[in-house]
Amino acid sequence: MENNDINENTIVCVNCPRGCRVRVQSQNGEITNITGYQCDLGIDYAKEEFKNPTRILPTTVRVKGGELELVPVKTARPIPKSRIGEAMRELAGVKVQAPVKRGEVVVEDIAGTGIEVVATRSIALSQDQDNTGKKKETS
Amino acid sequence: MKAEYDVIIIGGGVVGTAIARELSRYQLKICLLEKDADVATGTSKANSGIIHAGYNAAKETLKSRLNIESNPQFDRIARDLKVPFQRIGSLVVAFAKEDISRLKKEKQVGLDKGITGLEILNQEELRQKEPEIHPEARAALLAPTAGIISPYLLTIAQAENAVKNGAEIRLKSEAVDIKCKSGAVSAVVTRDGSELNSRVMINAAGLYADEIAALVGENYEITPRKGEYNLFDKEYGDLVNHVIFPMPSEESKGILITPTVEGNLLLGPNSNPVEDKEDLAVTRDGLEEIWEGGRSLYPDLPADGVIASFAGLRASLPGDDFKIEALEEPVGFIDVAGIQSPGLSSAPAIATMVRDILADIAPALPEKLALREADFDPELKKLPSFQDYKERLNKWQDIFLQNPDYGEIICRCEHVTRGEIVAELKKEFTSATLNGIKRRTRAGGGRCQGGFCGPRIAEIIAEKLGISPLEVTKSGPGSEILWARVKDVKPDRDLVYGLGDNK
Amino acid sequence: MMREHQLVIIGAGPAGLAAALEAEKAGIEDIVLLERDEYLGGILQQCIHNGFGLDYFGEELTGPEYAERFIDDVRESSVKIRLKTMVLNISSDKKIIAINEEEGMIFLKAQAIILAMGCRERTREAIKIPGTRPAGILTAGTAQRFINIEGYLPGKEVVILGSGDIGLIMARRMALEGAKVKGVLEIMPYSSGLVRNKVQCLDDFGIPLKLQHTVDYIYGKQRLEAVDLIQVDDNFNRLPETRERIECDTLLLSVGLIPENELSRDMGLKLAPGSGGPLVNELRETEIPGVYACGNVLQVHDLVDYVSEEAEVAARGAANFIRDSLKKREKEIIIEPGSGINFVIPHKISYQDESRKLIRHFLRVDEPRENIKIVIRDEAGSRIASFGREIVTPGEMETVKLPETLISEGTDRLNFSIEAEGVEENGKQ
Repeated sequence: MENNDINENTIVCVNCPRGCRVRVQSQNGEITNITGYQCDLGIDYAKEEFKNPTRILPTTVRVKGGELELVPVKTARPIPKSRIGEAMRELAGVKVQAPVKRGEVVVEDIAGTGIEVVATRSIALSQDQDNTGKKKETS
Repeated sequence: MKAEYDVIIIGGGVVGTAIARELSRYQLKICLLEKDADVATGTSKANSGIIHAGYNAAKETLKSRLNIESNPQFDRIARDLKVPFQRIGSLVVAFAKEDISRLKKEKQVGLDKGITGLEILNQEELRQKEPEIHPEARAALLAPTAGIISPYLLTIAQAENAVKNGAEIRLKSEAVDIKCKSGAVSAVVTRDGSELNSRVMINAAGLYADEIAALVGENYEITPRKGEYNLFDKEYGDLVNHVIFPMPSEESKGILITPTVEGNLLLGPNSNPVEDKEDLAVTRDGLEEIWEGGRSLYPDLPADGVIASFAGLRASLPGDDFKIEALEEPVGFIDVAGIQSPGLSSAPAIATMVRDILADIAPALPEKLALREADFDPELKKLPSFQDYKERLNKWQDIFLQNPDYGEIICRCEHVTRGEIVAELKKEFTSATLNGIKRRTRAGGGRCQGGFCGPRIAEIIAEKLGISPLEVTKSGPGSEILWARVKDVKPDRDLVYGLGDNK
Repeated sequence: MMREHQLVIIGAGPAGLAAALEAEKAGIEDIVLLERDEYLGGILQQCIHNGFGLDYFGEELTGPEYAERFIDDVRESSVKIRLKTMVLNISSDKKIIAINEEEGMIFLKAQAIILAMGCRERTREAIKIPGTRPAGILTAGTAQRFINIEGYLPGKEVVILGSGDIGLIMARRMALEGAKVKGVLEIMPYSSGLVRNKVQCLDDFGIPLKLQHTVDYIYGKQRLEAVDLIQVDDNFNRLPETRERIECDTLLLSVGLIPENELSRDMGLKLAPGSGGPLVNELRETEIPGVYACGNVLQVHDLVDYVSEEAEVAARGAANFIRDSLKKREKEIIIEPGSGINFVIPHKISYQDESRKLIRHFLRVDEPRENIKIVIRDEAGSRIASFGREIVTPGEMETVKLPETLISEGTDRLNFSIEAEGVEENGKQ
């Protein structure tokens, strides 16, 4: 059964401090009207945000044997907003081996998006690691 | 499991620890019970830190006598225990003409009682000593023997010294029951179910003295009276040179301003009765009240100079005097209650008074308690403190060369090194909490209030105790500072809410 | 033993790193970089979110990425780095006392010094919240370090006070890691954070932003148990009937940053009202010749890109000072913030420089305004330049580039103010 209701969503444009509240009217998922913007940037932003809102996800993953416990990472490209929760759950289980180099791929395909997760900081080996990367026995 | 002691002291405030230290001069097996994770967590933590010359000498009270008796002892105590103490003198400031005659009367009574150096300053002399004081301040009573001390460092040092001389201190040990046998006390039961046998119990439980006394059938009531304070950045420590009091009222000495031994400025306290013995909340009205009091003495107090606000509770007893006495029944129970101001100033004499009471009641105890002198070491060793080397930094190198931990600054505001923190954690008597470390080393007590060094200190505590940082607390169980390891918590799948509905 | 160096830089955050590289580029060979933390990069290393570098690098980076670009270059340069080194004192004759765990006390003497100590966060006392003092109250930056560097979550039910960018960023960060963020409170009628952060850090996660709200009371003996929220009116009066108790175990404070100028003060530098940093001229030189200040120690920036740029200005100034190749103006020009403006950096223009075409000024306005002009007038009140802006807010630093040719020789004062668009012109353009 087709739903012919007209929907209206408000999208706050993030292009400038003005933060225009752009109203997007749609029917069957197709945009029928856009109002409330003060410049063209607002139209483009609202269209994209309506159809396919995406975000870069910056977070951390665990490191084994590094000078720090965590390495900061981000998705190499924006991922769909709706996949962020799943991506965080997946990354909670990831542990990379030190040393880590900035730009190194940590996950090939995050949450089924086909997008990589990369390290955003280089992490050296922990000082109490020997050069094999194994933790020295400490009592 | 049962433990046997000659004396059990209930309460680890300045009074309880002074008694523990005093009694550790004798061959007694002493145990001090403290319900919290450190000593000096009640009234002894949050007060003005003043050693009065002889507060309210005009009145014939026990507390007046004990204060006057104690005052001269503090130089020795501070030297022995390495506690910062400065006899900076106090000024009671008069604004109205008629107050000057009151000051003169106070002075005469004080002199008669043996308080030395009392002097009335005229406006000019006052201004010379306190250039920033309110321009309308007319005269002041100078008491040069008044001083300032860190109340919690004194309490901690007394505890350390008592432990050094054989006393035992049990933290996180709340007394919940007292057992008696044939008209004499016999044992204390603590919250964790331990039973500690002793023929003598000294009730130095501060705000809770009435509840402890009730365990042996006594009936009196301690009313908590709240005093709120503002602590100012060290930048303003030089604004005031003495302990400055307004003219006292019947109930209180009023809202005072004083430098602290750490070099900050302290303003407070007000005095308001409260219901709850744990009510340490600062209130908007209260802060306004002390601020008003402060401004009436020093109009130029900097509003943005405050780095901490806190409140303390006085343990107030009807009649308003100390209650220091042994009960007739049960034998062996000694009350040291109602110790509000000048309790800090009177602690040494309170301790000797308790010793004398102990000697008095000894014959009546089921088995006579002998006060035989022991090998007592009154001193504590001074540990290196970077603060003390401010004016001779090159000398710190000698300390660093012995241990590189003394080269790593952990607290950036107060300049406290890792070496100082580790040394405190290694002591026989310590409190491995953020507050415990803050009081002992000042790490985390500066203008950023632990923002930078909190995580580092937590790490050092965890490392030295061999625990997880998740177990590190601010002030004992229940005050854990962290919740979980990152990544051990998984967010919901639908973490992200629907499309575009950002209102 | 006192070691002498040409240039000593205090702090290896974004300002110190950029200054070190630029000074080397300008031909200074003997540069020492002192950093109190155990890694280079300063606060950027815990700012793992993206949004840095668009202005400076023309691409969007995370904090650690931005930092590492400079760190890589500094590591390959001749700059001598000392980590975990805390500077204790700087004297007005440029003697520096520091300490670290390798050498102990360190005594240095510098020809020029660049102050790049950054800023610190305001604490609970800055806003005087009544109540108890339990565990669980921390600044947003401390929480950020716990979560992103140390790997610990400070709590599970969170209220955030302050909607500046740090507060917004931490709301998302804690939500992502599984904490429940119950709301972000802002006492002003607008958020001082970027719109993008409001949308992507709060709206995306359904976190409410409560404008004109603050925390009125703190409950909890050992650990935080709850806070009272309260609404304020336009004059910041609390409205008691709006008080509402919210249970939470964590309160993050994001209530402002203060330039960290203890060392500057100890060396006798006066701090400017508004910016909170030392008074500086266009080279970021303080009132002590040869001592420069840049980055957040001078003024709290919202873009790290500007910090890097400002550090480079200071570094070139320091290099010229060391080479003694600076030429003073006959008359210094004092720069005054006028109506609508909280402060302008630099505070004065001191030097003559023929090679210079434009002098960049940073300023902050006092409240949000639309369709205005930033107007510069001389001591006679004549308008010498005007820059139109569609929108300005206190949360976003404004910059204007003043062409040097517009400043006439005898000028000794310039006044910056906000004027409404369309006000009649009454001076030279």
